[in-house]
Amino acid sequence: MSGSNGAGPLIAVEDLVVRYAVARGLLATISRKPQHFVHAVEGVSFTVSRGELVALVGESGCGKTTTAQAILRLVEPVSGRIAFDGGDITALHSRALRPLRRRMQLIYQDPYESLDPRLSVRAAVEEPLLIHRLGGSRTERRERVREALSRVELSPPELFLERYPHELSGGQRQRVAIAASIVLGPDLLVADEPVSMLDVSVRAGVLNLLDRLREDGLGILMITHDLSTAARFADRIAVMYLGRIVEEGPAQSVVRDPQHPYTKALLSVVPRRDPRKRSRPEILSGEAPDAVRIPSGCRFHPRCPITIADCREIDPALEPAGAGTGHKAACIRV
Amino acid sequence: MSGLLEVEGLQVWFDLDRGRELHAVQGVSFSLEPGERLGLVGESGCGKTTTVLGLLGLLPPSASVAGSVRLNGVDILAGGEQTIRPHRWVDLAIVFQGAMNALNPVKTVGSQIVEALELHGLARGRDARLRTGELLESVGIPEARVDRFPHEFSGGMRQRAAIAMALACNPSVLVADEPTTALDVMVQAQILELLDSLCRDFGLALLLVTHDLPVVAELCDRAAVMYAGEIVEHGPVDALYHEPRHPYTRLLFAATPDLYGEGVPASIPGAPPRLDLPLTGCPFHTRCDRAFARCPQERPLLRELERGRSAACHLNDVVAEVV
Repeated sequence: MSGSNGAGPLIAVEDLVVRYAVARGLLATISRKPQHFVHAVEGVSFTVSRGELVALVGESGCGKTTTAQAILRLVEPVSGRIAFDGGDITALHSRALRPLRRRMQLIYQDPYESLDPRLSVRAAVEEPLLIHRLGGSRTERRERVREALSRVELSPPELFLERYPHELSGGQRQRVAIAASIVLGPDLLVADEPVSMLDVSVRAGVLNLLDRLREDGLGILMITHDLSTAARFADRIAVMYLGRIVEEGPAQSVVRDPQHPYTKALLSVVPRRDPRKRSRPEILSGEAPDAVRIPSGCRFHPRCPITIADCREIDPALEPAGAGTGHKAACIRV
Repeated sequence: MSGLLEVEGLQVWFDLDRGRELHAVQGVSFSLEPGERLGLVGESGCGKTTTVLGLLGLLPPSASVAGSVRLNGVDILAGGEQTIRPHRWVDLAIVFQGAMNALNPVKTVGSQIVEALELHGLARGRDARLRTGELLESVGIPEARVDRFPHEFSGGMRQRAAIAMALACNPSVLVADEPTTALDVMVQAQILELLDSLCRDFGLALLLVTHDLPVVAELCDRAAVMYAGEIVEHGPVDALYHEPRHPYTRLLFAATPDLYGEGVPASIPGAPPRLDLPLTGCPFHTRCDRAFARCPQERPLLRELERGRSAACHLNDVVAEVV
């Protein structure tokens, strides 16, 4: 890969579009009924830099997971551009991608499923090194496994190396999964709801660990539906609705000075810890429409509390909004 | 004091292999008044779900249950299934987390509610259909959707339908076990609003079982915090947040991220004790940041500290001695 300069963003996504064809029956196919598509991601642009944690938040079906999968080239985009460390990877074929896979790693939601129950902790963390033929000799590999376990705070590593997933707690399993991701020395971590399966008392530990990895210079893209977590741990937040980013900016600006009516509504319904600060929720009726039939104009207009006639016509672009620098929203009423 | 629902000293054991036992619920007591909302909060494995399944007589045969569950003063647990069955769904109804499991996928939503009404002899034929329409309307589902199948409903709509079905016999207590856990935050808000209005408008008493402290803070008047099979603190939600009297309550709040909260959430080190082994001392002492000599020795009992507030922590004795 050329163009690796370390100065620009680690990942830059431009105008990404991903669609899935809706399955048609045989009859519908031979009678040439029109093919329908799920418009999962419709023109999404954002960047993640080294040492930055970006949270992609939104409700289920908003396209946040598809966006992450497209970045990792696990699904093929229809159009748009994905640049990793300055180099265009949108069209790279699988062999050319292989050395890049080492540099971008995925952490799954469920550590009960992402770890092979028959592999010891040592084997699970060593496996990526074997697959990528890294780490040199057996002793060197063992040393890297030990190092990775220390970095995820499973120490002393000797205590964990020979254990199996069923002997570990949920938090420890997720740490093993993270160790297996960072043992290759990646630049980018994509974490898809990394703590939603864990108990509250251990979530903070895993999130603080991701925060330290970020401090060490990793770029992290975290997919989450939990705005409170995003508010605490992200540098920037991008809010998605029906395949679009509708608001994006520094985490504190987005949370404390939301511009888009969807973001405002979402924030208003997040329950607070302190019963004295009970929210005055602005509850939107219904649920997001399915991504097969996207509403005209602004896709949020059918549920928007401040919609006007123009919203049915104009598809708003993501433009600077609010007082914070780098804060943008896609709404003609902002 | 005779409440609507009074649970006293509820215990649940599960038989394991080789004659071992798991003591899942170790003496849980609480009461509920009409229209009141009580949160039963705790992390996975703390016994909160086992508690409510136990009081509804819904545990598998490998479980043994002891204690009393009084409904309007009458113990319904005393005679086992025989004394519980007349009250299950009729007085005490339950809504589970995954509404898909509560609904039969091959029957329309309406016909399932009609069936429940007819089974309990509350209405027949046309009357049952009319009542079904009313029930669905009362949870915000248009009557026109009576003949739809569960898969044609979104997650939020299915949860509403499950609530409508639970309300079919006009119960006085609704037990909701993680009713919003699998739902998106906006749909969660809709369901919480619905539960709130059901309590407010119909005097329904709510027992909300959840791991989610903010949801309890939002919806409930009081909460009982469970740890290792017992209630470790019980009180008004406001007091639990502002003046916790058990370190676990304080640390659990501190581990929960808040939208506008200052500071970084901190995890609680360690793990809960195994419930298939005998416990000595306070079950939380190995994870507690304020444990002292007495804690590993002697198990603290839940005791009333002031009216409506209780906690199971030796620190409360120490404070009392100092003051």
